Amino acid sequence: MALRRFRFRRKKEMPDGLWMKCQGCNQLVFKKIVEEHLSVCPECNFHFTIPAQKRIELLLDAGTFQERYADMTSIDPLGFKDRITYAERLSAEQEKTGLKEAALVGTGKIEGRQIMFGVTDFNFLAGSLGSVMGEKITRIVEEAQEEGLSLVIVSGSGGGARMQEGALSLTQMAKTSAAIARFHDAGGLYISILTNPCMAGVMASFASLGDVVIAEPKALIGFTGPRVIRQTIQAELPEGFQRSEFLLEHGLIDMIVNRKTLKKEVARLLNYLAPAS
Amino acid sequence: MINDGLPFEKPILDLARKIEELENNPSAKEKDLETLGQLRKMYDDLRREIYAKLTPWERVLVARHPQRPQTSDYLALMVDDFVELHGDRAFRDDVAIITGLGKIDGKRFLIVGHQKGKTTRERLSRSFGCPYPEGYRKALVKMKLAEKCGLPILTLIDTPGAHPGIGAEERGQAQAIAANLYELARLKTPIICIIIGEGGSGGALGIAVGDKLSILENAYYSVISPEGCAAILWKNAENAPQAAAALHLTAKDLLELEIVDEVLQEPLGGAHRDPEKTAQTVKEAILRYLGELQPLSTQELLERRYKKYRHLGRFLEGAREVTL
Repeated sequence: MALRRFRFRRKKEMPDGLWMKCQGCNQLVFKKIVEEHLSVCPECNFHFTIPAQKRIELLLDAGTFQERYADMTSIDPLGFKDRITYAERLSAEQEKTGLKEAALVGTGKIEGRQIMFGVTDFNFLAGSLGSVMGEKITRIVEEAQEEGLSLVIVSGSGGGARMQEGALSLTQMAKTSAAIARFHDAGGLYISILTNPCMAGVMASFASLGDVVIAEPKALIGFTGPRVIRQTIQAELPEGFQRSEFLLEHGLIDMIVNRKTLKKEVARLLNYLAPAS
Repeated sequence: MINDGLPFEKPILDLARKIEELENNPSAKEKDLETLGQLRKMYDDLRREIYAKLTPWERVLVARHPQRPQTSDYLALMVDDFVELHGDRAFRDDVAIITGLGKIDGKRFLIVGHQKGKTTRERLSRSFGCPYPEGYRKALVKMKLAEKCGLPILTLIDTPGAHPGIGAEERGQAQAIAANLYELARLKTPIICIIIGEGGSGGALGIAVGDKLSILENAYYSVISPEGCAAILWKNAENAPQAAAALHLTAKDLLELEIVDEVLQEPLGGAHRDPEKTAQTVKEAILRYLGELQPLSTQELLERRYKKYRHLGRFLEGAREVTL
């Protein structure tokens, strides 16, 4: 347990960026070790949010991801301004993440098998669902159907439907769900993977509609955010509320899978449910 | 005349009070009667003027007016022979959503509507029109019955949002709404949706997917409540009026964004000033929509419904703005 040793040796003033606080156990953990563990806390198995690009590396065979609709970007249909404009917010998020939008979609391979793939990135405006994400998801669902591919979407969206695009965002929930309904009717297989956090509009649409729904351990998953619920009911929430284990216990997801074995498990499900002909 | 006014209605109320005083004054002279006539005209003009330029936030307040007609009022005013059907056949009868069979102008419908309640007691029992997952599941069970028996579906939307609470999460609020979006997209019967009051986010959307979506003039439909949006983006819920404007949640905004098909006019001063007239407008629209939808084959109907949602969204692809 190299990490424990590090923790005991820790001085009061620690060099910037070497340590990080785990959201799961509130312990300070050595960043490098977390990274070596696929961004999983070695103390409590909390699965940290990872960027979309990293997710692609972890889940798809090396070099097989072929991105589609990479040049799709948001506009500001409402001229939305709070303390700053939506346009300014978008530029800042693009600069911060190196992404153009909160979802990456395309084709790729999992253990040699071609699939349609999408991933949403919490780091970009909380992974919120706007016109771009709605359109990208809808297109890959339609194309999975046309091309006879199984569909895997990894959702990491704490933001739900994106406020800055108003009801246009809200209706993306209906649009993506309608596409998935058609895909299912045509016999397509969709595996949905929920990662920390996955809430509100994304969870109340495409993320919930998988034939099989998998969650990473300890991910925050639900409809209403815990802060709002706490304010509404004026009481503390039960331990583990809205975490993956809570959802599993209440029958809302099929399985919890560690990041380390996620790829293997997805491949296993694909082999069972959509064996290559 | 009016005793339940909203803050922006104060000038109207003041004038109404003056008129009432004069009317009740037994020693009124001919000159006073002349003044009374003038005041009455001023009163109408003032109402028209104030209601013509309501801010988005003021419209939200009208949409939330405690006397605003609810699903139960529309049932009483435009539906004959209503048979209420209860329960989701799994957990509970969530009365934040009323479901049942009814006739409108002799035509059979399955009707689904949010109900906020009128008295404190009723409001509490209906959790202020905020459905739990079992409410959405109840709606779906009944809508599947409509599909099987060939009844068109009418949904009346009026909710601040889906219920936020522990039980709602335990029983899968997100999953229940998602399931409705999925099923509503493929139900093989015409679906007419009308936003009669508050169209609060996913809680509204859960019964608002169909072949027609219309909205009453002072109703709203929004991705998040103005207060919720203000709390997140302005870090202060008191900025709700600014958030209401920024969110483009009014009927007129939604028509421009092509999210709703039609704005249904309300009587001057809001639907609550004349529920009968409002119900008449809503009824006429429903019958018009049904006339348009009924001749379509199931395939045409579902194709049109898919396209209705498929074309929503605005973005850039490369440097080009895409119109879907």
